[in-house]
Amino acid sequence: MINPLRSEAEAYRFLLLTVGYFAAIAIAALVIGKWAGVIVFLALTAAGAVYVVRASRTEPPRQAVPSRRGRANERRILVIANETVGGARLRNEITTRSEGYDEHVLVVTPALNSHLRHWASDEDNARLEAQKRLDASLERLRQGGIDARGEVGDAEPLQAMEDALRLFGADEIIISTHPEGRSHWLEKGIVETARERFAVPITHVVVDLEVEHEEVRDRN
Amino acid sequence: MSAHAEAHHGPPIANQSSRVDAPTLGMLLFIASEIMLFGSFFTIYFFARVVAGPSEWPPPPFELPVFVAGVNTAILLTSSFTMHWSLQAIKRGNRAGLQAGLVLTVAMGLTFLITQILEYSRVGFSPQDGAFGSTFYGLTGLHGAHVFVGLTILTFATIRAFRGHFTAAEHRGVEISGIYWHFVDVMWIVVYTTVYIL
Repeated sequence: MINPLRSEAEAYRFLLLTVGYFAAIAIAALVIGKWAGVIVFLALTAAGAVYVVRASRTEPPRQAVPSRRGRANERRILVIANETVGGARLRNEITTRSEGYDEHVLVVTPALNSHLRHWASDEDNARLEAQKRLDASLERLRQGGIDARGEVGDAEPLQAMEDALRLFGADEIIISTHPEGRSHWLEKGIVETARERFAVPITHVVVDLEVEHEEVRDRN
Repeated sequence: MSAHAEAHHGPPIANQSSRVDAPTLGMLLFIASEIMLFGSFFTIYFFARVVAGPSEWPPPPFELPVFVAGVNTAILLTSSFTMHWSLQAIKRGNRAGLQAGLVLTVAMGLTFLITQILEYSRVGFSPQDGAFGSTFYGLTGLHGAHVFVGLTILTFATIRAFRGHFTAAEHRGVEISGIYWHFVDVMWIVVYTTVYIL
């Protein structure tokens, strides 16, 4: 949906459009008659509605540019992951990316919830479950030598990323998902949308927990 | 590899769940509530007009100063232009342009408000003169109150502009007051067209 008051420039443009809109209605009503005014009102309103709907479909999402936080030798990595957060591939990726830096890792686990519960604001269980997954995952990351902090985020992964970026100001984002075919996030195009929306490097890590578990079993 | 968790001191960090930054979101929500407030006043106005029937509006012997209000409208619209100009100026790092734009905007806003008060004293009817008088003063008075609020915000922005608080990179105080000022102008266009013209 287009928000005409998102910035001063857009508000000014909206004002000019309003002037044109009401001027056309008033001129039609005063020069031709009140029914002409009504017709112009209906026609312009319908045209405006069609424009808004079309523009909303084609409008590219705005890129959010997080502000840089921390010192030059710091690397702030935002990790968005749910069940795959403890995967070995993700741990390796974080290690590689923070090589040579004083790294700050924030793991955000979205509190996945059903639509019905989300709209009913019944999020307690979802947040509790997410917190358990997060705690276990942070513990696994710590075992792998990565000292990260974590928080439970919004049920919508993109929103969770945006919330975290506002306060954390990451240099890059790592999105960890299950492989194609088993990942709802990939099905919904979360990675592509995140790349369009956020002006920071985004790495997509596929963690196949089943394969990793098999590898662990084989080693044992 | 060195690593450590971040320590946080002080009150809990505020949660934010929006694509719009918090100050702008606050202004947008405020404007949304204002639109509802104006909507209720317009509902009353149109209700009174419909109940009055297809007879002449405004009901005789009342007459509205359409020309003076038209000039006032032009002044207010020009003030929006200077507001926009001032923001464009600071975006290019032109502080003098920002200051001049804001001073002109405040001056024109003040002119609008004083003209409206003078118009009230000469219009020849009062809020007690039936539904017409009540709705006229209700709508224009509500808008006038918003102009006053807008002028107050703009005055603070102007003071800050002269103190050098705004730069090409940081000028949110002007941006947000500009959004509000344009909103006030949009509402005046609606009020002027419906009350004075149609």
